Amino acid sequence: MKYLLMICGDESAEEYADAGCGGWTEEMTERGVITGGAGLRPPREATTVRVRDDELRITDGPFAETKEQIGGFVLIDCTDLDEAIEIAAKHPAAGYGTIEIRPVLEFPPT
Amino acid sequence: MKFEDVYRQEWGQVVATLIRLTGDWELAEECAQEAFAAALERWPRDGVPRKPGAWLTTTARNRAIDWLRREAVGAAKLKEVAAMSDEPEPAYDVPDDRLRLMFTCCHPALAMEARVALTLRTLAGLSTAEIARAFLVPEATMSKRLTRARQKIQYAGIPYRVPPAHLLPERTPAVLAVLYLLFNEGYSDVVRSSLSGEAIRLARLLVQLMPDEPEACGLLALMLLHDARRDTRLSADGVLVTLDEQDRTRWDHAQITEGVELLDATLARGTPGPYQVQAAIAACHATARTAADTDWPQIAALYGQLKQTPVIALNRAVAIGMADGPAVGLRLLEQLAAGPLTGYHLLPATRADFLRRLGRLAEAATAYREALELATTEAERRYLARRLEEVSQ
Repeated sequence: MKYLLMICGDESAEEYADAGCGGWTEEMTERGVITGGAGLRPPREATTVRVRDDELRITDGPFAETKEQIGGFVLIDCTDLDEAIEIAAKHPAAGYGTIEIRPVLEFPPT
Repeated sequence: MKFEDVYRQEWGQVVATLIRLTGDWELAEECAQEAFAAALERWPRDGVPRKPGAWLTTTARNRAIDWLRREAVGAAKLKEVAAMSDEPEPAYDVPDDRLRLMFTCCHPALAMEARVALTLRTLAGLSTAEIARAFLVPEATMSKRLTRARQKIQYAGIPYRVPPAHLLPERTPAVLAVLYLLFNEGYSDVVRSSLSGEAIRLARLLVQLMPDEPEACGLLALMLLHDARRDTRLSADGVLVTLDEQDRTRWDHAQITEGVELLDATLARGTPGPYQVQAAIAACHATARTAADTDWPQIAALYGQLKQTPVIALNRAVAIGMADGPAVGLRLLEQLAAGPLTGYHLLPATRADFLRRLGRLAEAATAYREALELATTEAERRYLARRLEEVSQ
């Protein structure tokens, strides 16, 4: 199963931006479950784009003004949700932020 | 055996096996339904098969194969079908299947209301309409809730298994919580009392499947001891009857004996937990010959062993008040008054009771009035109104 881990936090999480993942990435890479991902620059540097009625609309900032914002993401491929939960719980951000696990849309084999 | 009893007894096992074979919850339930329909048609004519459960499972399995043959497009699925057809009779009564189903229905990644609904539908075999009635929501709402839960299990990859040993300490309480919630839903409302019966049935199953889990035994004992008093909690005209005024000769003493024996055997293992402690409290009440014989100091000590949530703290205050006198109880209540129990009717109701015992009737009347405004059920309101009248004379 493929999942996206969205690593979220409020403003206070910014202080961890350069903290690294305390060996988590190395451990998970060795386990072979990580297929992609990155940490992100803060939401104040985000740009949001929409096209409505053929008109391009550009706004400054993230798409939703919520307290918690995405600070990074990891794509994983593992056995099931229990393993995904275990992987997410081990991420240091789980200790100060929130990690949302989303199954990746998979198309049925044709 | 009546058909309804066979249905009740076998439904969960048939569905659990079919989910294991097909990995498809909706298909499993549909095929189980069809198998029971076929049984209802054939058994009166051909006689009940020697092993009804195996017959039902095989029939449901064959329906699933037919359906998959018609629908299957992928080579992988066809291979699965082929493998399923090879077995002349699917392995039946794998004890793990129902336990697997129970743990999956109660997975913490599902919302509590979804866990409860799924457990009742998939494991206990209640119809969607019955569950909707029990939880006072339209059938369409309940149907959507069940569909979403099944879809989440499938698409989010919730595994169909009994969790491995290192996860059991966190997952078992999740299962127990669902069963206890189910029991309380039924216990707090006479209209929905069948839910308590389902909860006891499922707890018995869990104890049978996990005989080494003391808290499962503790929970079953707790349910049996509470349920034994069921019929005496309301008067014939629907007024709440408190523990001290219940007719103890009408308690179900066989069930009390069963609960106490189960609890004693469980406590002897020396690994107490919150359900065992609550069962021990229930046992103190259930085994007291009269209300005056109640061992209140022991009950107060047991409440002290539980995690001090506001409601537990209130119950402990009641027990201490009964052991050491209403004046002591009243002082403890004062400490609780400003906390999160504001608006909880049992707080003023308890204060009213202590004041009444102290003979401070005018203050008791005020407290009963306050409780009356906050009470949520008609039976409680009528009880409080009766007390208010008594202290107002």
